Amino acid sequence: TTLVPHDCPGTQSEQAGKSSSCQGCPNQKLCASGATKAPDPAIAEIGAKLSTVKHKILVLSGKGGVGKSTFSAHLAHALASDSTKEVALLDVDICGPSIPRIMGLEGEQVHQSGSGWSPVYVDDNLAVMSIGFLLSSLDDAVIWRGPKKNGMIKQFLRDVDWGDLDYLIVDTPPGTSDEHLSIVQYLSSTHVDGAVIITTPQEVSLQDVRKEIRFCQKVKLPIIGVVENMSGFVCPNCKNTSQIFPPTSGGAEKMCADLNLPLLGKVPLDPRIAQSCDEGRSFLNVVPDSPAAKAYKSIVQSEFLQPSTTHPHVPLPSCCTSVVILYNRITLSLQQLQRNLKVPSNLYIIHKTCHKYTNKTS
Amino acid sequence: QGCPNQKLCASGATKAPDPAIAEIGAKLSTVKHKILVLSGKGGVGKSTFSAHLAHALASDSTKEVALLDVDICGPSIPRIMGLEGEQVHQSGSGWSPVYVDDNLAVMSIGFLLSSLDDAVIWRGPKKNGMIKQFLRDVDWGDLDYLIVDTPPGTSDEHLSIVQYLSSTHVDGAVIITTPQEVSLQDVRKEIRFCQKVKLPIIGVVENMSGFVCPNCKNTSQIFPPTSGGAEKMCADLNLPLLGKVPLDPRIAQSCDEGRSFLNVVPDSPAAKAYKSIVQSDNETSF
Repeated sequence: TTLVPHDCPGTQSEQAGKSSSCQGCPNQKLCASGATKAPDPAIAEIGAKLSTVKHKILVLSGKGGVGKSTFSAHLAHALASDSTKEVALLDVDICGPSIPRIMGLEGEQVHQSGSGWSPVYVDDNLAVMSIGFLLSSLDDAVIWRGPKKNGMIKQFLRDVDWGDLDYLIVDTPPGTSDEHLSIVQYLSSTHVDGAVIITTPQEVSLQDVRKEIRFCQKVKLPIIGVVENMSGFVCPNCKNTSQIFPPTSGGAEKMCADLNLPLLGKVPLDPRIAQSCDEGRSFLNVVPDSPAAKAYKSIVQSEFLQPSTTHPHVPLPSCCTSVVILYNRITLSLQQLQRNLKVPSNLYIIHKTCHKYTNKTS
Repeated sequence: QGCPNQKLCASGATKAPDPAIAEIGAKLSTVKHKILVLSGKGGVGKSTFSAHLAHALASDSTKEVALLDVDICGPSIPRIMGLEGEQVHQSGSGWSPVYVDDNLAVMSIGFLLSSLDDAVIWRGPKKNGMIKQFLRDVDWGDLDYLIVDTPPGTSDEHLSIVQYLSSTHVDGAVIITTPQEVSLQDVRKEIRFCQKVKLPIIGVVENMSGFVCPNCKNTSQIFPPTSGGAEKMCADLNLPLLGKVPLDPRIAQSCDEGRSFLNVVPDSPAAKAYKSIVQSDNETSF
């Protein structure tokens, strides 16, 4: 028998040194003493390095293939269309890095300098980092177990010379595992605005997405909102709409209502989206007037992703003596509203579609 | 540096084979055929294909079929097989899988959760342990077919399933893709993975291959094969293209409802494509 157990729970786990698998391991006393659970010094280094990044947004989904990378890329393009903003897109999908292709940067390489790794620039104000840039061949498989993936993510956060950013967007692989725990852990001494959750309408997707939402709640990651992709297809020939991924359980709309989360928007299927991604071009530039592009723009400009510092203009009913905020179709927790709009704590919220008002003082 | 284990690890003592590998080899020695369903890319239809392959093989009542779901974070198989809410029982001979029919058994972490929305937030080592248990501790019985559905990627789950099955005979992998280059890019990595771990590739299935509008019958390529689709990739890599399945809203509908699409709309183009793939898969590997 070997002396190091095959079922080693890991030196960072709560079971370190205490699990039945630990019997006989020479490390057992060390793990059980808690010495191995001292915080990783990289966390503080990353906190210092990213302290000048104003906004950090994670793009998550429990489900694969719903459009996380597509959304991340186009969110980055949209934010960087304001040339006064510095935007960066970090791809932490180690096994299936799609971002280089989607951003039209396939084949680019990363350079190292005294100040760290330099990301690859799409435009002067839009930088990208992905393991895709570190492969010698585009078809090379990265066949790594969790710990090695975690190490790469740490390097991306600590060693890349991002500069002073307005926005850092992080694209993730599907799931609730190493990459997700690591990105949250390594960013734990910085302020993260929150997560945008991507889904498609069918229940098989929503089932996994609810798990991702649970993950966010467990690690106390705020959820900015949910985007529903592949929400219907309009036949270019006869204009008939088909629900290719039918919302058999009410789609993202019902899930958001059930879980009290903002639905940022619904994007229809459009062959030009996949085409643009394959070609490395921004769909928002290629077909800016398409329903899908308009949906994307409205999501990106929504109050949740780009909170304005000015109060929105609202009509005041004469009967109401406090400030009234009117939001279309969206319910929000009071704390999130206060944080975004910096309004006083005594206010009335009207839910427009049901014409009720609720006194929600905290 | 500084780890008390350092000398031990450097000596190679920690790389002795896991005894579970031999146990699993013994346990699964009576399983005639083992097929892994893989893709580098998420959301291309691995679980959908695995489930319908299982249904199709089990339609021959003389065959014993089992479907093992090793997607620990996003287990879709219970829903797709209409087994949501079912629980696994333990007995002297191990865990009993959940039966869809007399000859079709299913195992997934989905059956071990107390609530369907519970997130399984595990790092690699814990996921590997679960996969080991699925292979070693489930009382499968004598099977004709064991189909293994996997999550996307080339990481812990994939290395583990190949490692734990290394002292058994695995027929090979069916690789699932969709037509666009962003998918094929990840799928080529999965093919490289198979080559590295010496896992034979039975063939490739291209899902979401066109959509026929039910109104005007016009075909749209919603995920355009900008680089030639699976057809060109298979030609380049000398792999069999087992078939192409068109998009059909009734596929997603059936999966959500836990019913076999092959029974619900057996004469649809998509169902016919599936059946022809399953038969060719049978002929190729068996």
